[in-house]
Amino acid sequence: MTAATPPTTARSNPPVEQLESYFGPQDLVRRSATLDQPAPERELTKVAKLIDVTRCIGCKACQSACIEWNDTHPEMEDFAGSYMNPHDLTPEMFTLMRFTEWENPETNQLEWLIRKDGCMHCEDPGCLKACPAPGAIVQYSNGIVDFIHENCIGCGYCVSGCPFDIPRVSKVTNVAYKCTLCSDRVAVGQGPACAKACPTECISFGTKDDMKAQAEERIAELKSRGFENAGLYDPDGVGGTHVMYVLHHADKPEVYAGLPAEPRISPVVETWKGVTKYLGLAAIGAMAVGTTLHGLMGRANKVSHEDEEKAEDLVETEEGTKR
Amino acid sequence: MTNSWTDIKNTDLVIVMGGNAAEAHPCGFKWVTEAKARRGARLIVVDPRFTRTASVADYYAPIRPGSDIAWLMGMIRWMIENDKVQWDYVRNYTNASLLVNEGFGWSDGLFTGYEPEKRNYDMSTWEYQIGDDGFALTDPTLRDPRCVWNLLKAHVDPYTPEMVERICGTPKDRFLRIAEMIGECSAPDKVMTSMYALGWTQHSKGAQNIRGMAMLQLILGNIGMRGGGMNALRGHSNIQGLTDMGLMSNLLPGYLNMPTEKDTDFDTYLSKRQYKPLRPDQTSYWQNYPKFMVSYLKAMWGDHATKENGWCFDYLPKLDVANYDILRMFDMMYKGEVNLYFCQGFNPLLAFPNRAKLTTALSKLKLLVTMDPLETETSRFWENHGDFNDVDPAAIETEVIQLPTTCFAEEEGSLTNSGRWLQWHWPGGSPPGEAKHDTWIMAQIFLRVRELYRQEGGTVPEPILNLNWDYADPNEPTAEELAKEINGRALGQVTDLVDTSKVLAEPGKLLQNFTQLRDDGSTSSGCWIYSGCWNEQGNNMARRDTSDPDGTGAYLNWSWSWPVNRRILYNRASADLDGNPWDPERKLVWWNGEKWIGYDVPDIAVTAKPGTVMPFIMNPEGVSRLFSRGLMRDGPFPIHMEPFESPVANFLNPDLRGNPAARIFEDDAAQLATSADFPHVGTSYRLTEHFHYWTKHNPVNSVLQPEFFVEISEELAKEKGIGNADWVRVWSNRGSIKAKAYVTKRLKPLMCDGKALHVVGIPLHWGFTGAARKGFGPNSLTPFVGDANVETPESKAFLVNIEKTTPPTEGATS
Repeated sequence: MTAATPPTTARSNPPVEQLESYFGPQDLVRRSATLDQPAPERELTKVAKLIDVTRCIGCKACQSACIEWNDTHPEMEDFAGSYMNPHDLTPEMFTLMRFTEWENPETNQLEWLIRKDGCMHCEDPGCLKACPAPGAIVQYSNGIVDFIHENCIGCGYCVSGCPFDIPRVSKVTNVAYKCTLCSDRVAVGQGPACAKACPTECISFGTKDDMKAQAEERIAELKSRGFENAGLYDPDGVGGTHVMYVLHHADKPEVYAGLPAEPRISPVVETWKGVTKYLGLAAIGAMAVGTTLHGLMGRANKVSHEDEEKAEDLVETEEGTKR
Repeated sequence: MTNSWTDIKNTDLVIVMGGNAAEAHPCGFKWVTEAKARRGARLIVVDPRFTRTASVADYYAPIRPGSDIAWLMGMIRWMIENDKVQWDYVRNYTNASLLVNEGFGWSDGLFTGYEPEKRNYDMSTWEYQIGDDGFALTDPTLRDPRCVWNLLKAHVDPYTPEMVERICGTPKDRFLRIAEMIGECSAPDKVMTSMYALGWTQHSKGAQNIRGMAMLQLILGNIGMRGGGMNALRGHSNIQGLTDMGLMSNLLPGYLNMPTEKDTDFDTYLSKRQYKPLRPDQTSYWQNYPKFMVSYLKAMWGDHATKENGWCFDYLPKLDVANYDILRMFDMMYKGEVNLYFCQGFNPLLAFPNRAKLTTALSKLKLLVTMDPLETETSRFWENHGDFNDVDPAAIETEVIQLPTTCFAEEEGSLTNSGRWLQWHWPGGSPPGEAKHDTWIMAQIFLRVRELYRQEGGTVPEPILNLNWDYADPNEPTAEELAKEINGRALGQVTDLVDTSKVLAEPGKLLQNFTQLRDDGSTSSGCWIYSGCWNEQGNNMARRDTSDPDGTGAYLNWSWSWPVNRRILYNRASADLDGNPWDPERKLVWWNGEKWIGYDVPDIAVTAKPGTVMPFIMNPEGVSRLFSRGLMRDGPFPIHMEPFESPVANFLNPDLRGNPAARIFEDDAAQLATSADFPHVGTSYRLTEHFHYWTKHNPVNSVLQPEFFVEISEELAKEKGIGNADWVRVWSNRGSIKAKAYVTKRLKPLMCDGKALHVVGIPLHWGFTGAARKGFGPNSLTPFVGDANVETPESKAFLVNIEKTTPPTEGATS
């Protein structure tokens, strides 16, 4: 374990190499629905975002920064009985503070657990493995899992393939979206927008080794405050993640709004991956396999009756405006 | 703040009480995070709700809104009883040993001299015993029963941990655990910081809440220390600047006082402001008052201000009442006594209490002018928005003129932060549409009014006609010109006071700082405490040097702080009587045998020998005050007072209602309710996603917290059959609002005086303009009464009722 470097959030840029350009084909270690992906031309240092849940004050500066950087326009919803807004991740909201009022049965104390949810950037990404569209999901050699939207067919299999239920398919563009770990910023030596905005250094970004070392320090500090089960969330079931959490109760991650204790890629996806290898994916009509798997994997981009009505209303309103 | 935001990283213990720093000051809260991570500091939160700050605290305790004084006096009692006192500090740096007038005392929750018909105290007994030499008598042994320390001990005696539990609803075990944590900070090398905000100020005894904690901090020896202090977290980025610049009806810039009608001339005014030292050798810095005042008058009226005409003192308005505060102005408006009202950067229809009264008051104006970068509810008070603003526009005759202004990001100038740092900023964008700088608008109004006086004359035209208006472009003074005017200039040659052959400043030059101000008309300065902000060295507010030798957190070359770039007030108290730091690990300033040196600008004359001049140089005593003499209208010690609307009687005297020295107008007193009809305690607060009533205009903030809600406990929800996110109606004796209910575990019933009490939490960010959903504010419900000393409205503790209901109607306009 290397010595922890000072946290790198709003105060400075992260200690990762600055590249000449955005990540491209030369950086890919994995590419969805692609056999025989050649080894990348260059090996980037593994990076990670560390979210110290115990320092988070739930201010949503990360959500705000995410909206601003990615220029998304989440819908204004209503109050639904929690500070959590929007009510879920959406194609326009890549990260979300999830609030849990938890009465700790061991201490009888109320704890207000606030977890920043979003893509975990798994080392072994279920979304990528489930994706039938060649090149719609890629992983760079630094570990970032990115969606290449022009290759996306909007089938929603990435949603089912994700052990963390993260990607969301837009009903407008029919494309799946999620946190990119600000790959466009990281590529030019900047940390993610959320880390830059975080006022309490809850979110740090740097090399995975550095982030793990930093987590160790945080964990030791938490143990000194009586959180005996404090620990790092970097689950093996997905090969580790490039977004990691420091948790006060690492022995029960589920209390943090259902963070899975042992995330794994669905066996269906693993099977599907085998099938594609066997058939040779370039040759198949995604439709045929899709039909077979549709029922199993669910959550495709269905248009509900209500959606159609809303769309009709929209058209009518627009026409009305024109008139 | 006595200290600064960056200094909070030096603390061992943070107590957030009367505030919610993580929620309302998330960026400043990073220094708490820093102290926790780097120093292993602990964080205590005392609040009616389990807040966002509590979510990262080491220890939390609930408290009933409006019972903080009992809690704090209980804490002081515990410190004394358990010998958790920084004795050397208390003996030498506080007025513990000073003897108090024999006539002073208290009984039944009242101090001597109470005049019930006037809601006022005759404070003549609230004073020290003064010896023949004119100095206060002392007993350094602290044995005399009339010394402040023994009176304090007697005063806090009723506030036992059991009584605190009964009054405040704070469980005794939690109170005692916190007492132990705080008690550790009486050691000279342990320091606590107090971070508070409107949770303490918005009470009818808000100033006394703060006094209570300040006294506790003095007893622990935590004032003047790195990582210590009383740290008011100001609610706007420049509200510190507002008070510093004296934007109150009873203040002039730099905390000088607006004269009253009894100050018939300048000499009479000054005769009440002699500030003769009350102990030998003490600085009593306010003895320089005439220099500050004359320099201010010279800045206002230039050559017209002469010694012969009392420096134009007669031009100043003279108060005929204590204060034309906002409550009084709106009461006058309500009575039809005001024709024209200017709201500059102010949205009273949501910010001040009893909205129904405000709407009636605004409806009686002939003309309302609003100056704001955003649409405000106040400028639209006449517009019907269904339940959200249920008025009849046809019945309102007030003419409203909206003058769109620029916002801070479109302006050059300085903002003064909570830590007294004046930080210069530059425009980041051009103003949209017709928006104009406030300075342009005010200059245009001034020039036109002056022209009218020139042409038509009028009663006492001189203050307007002779006003100093020496700007390159009279139509729009620049920020630089104003800053230099505030800093001050030499009008004649300024020489050293001792060695008069030594010239300090030639005529026309900017003054170095306020030590160069004179009372002979040879200097001008618009605000003496800001003198030094822009001197011959340049614009010190624009400095951006991040160097910080030894990592003390002082950052002396980043921006500029008043006074004279000092970062920690009373910093001489960080060293013992001999001038050696109490805590060698936390050195701040110290005596090197010849002078005071250190990491900060010493808060004492640099050659003042240790042991003679005491650290609290602004006080005539030279020491800090556990007993505040006649300086606060409601008592020299904080005493328990219930809110004006309280679910329990005052345990000291059940006949008392609210703060007995607070002003309340007759109509408003008639609207006070009791817990018979309104059994629950309402309290107001902010949410981190929003800033006041501004960010509801921003779609991003509105997405993150879109809709108004109120917070209630699961127990109250069950009692009333309310489900999470159901619509509820909350009403007081003054108004009614509708909101979604947030049923939360973070609010629990409080056991007070044998009753289970429920708190209804009401955030304040919604109105009927902007991008977010329409909603209400707590001010539809709150009582029209303020603090006895400063008239801050009592928005943190009032009585309400609640029931399940149907959604509100939106109204025709949107």
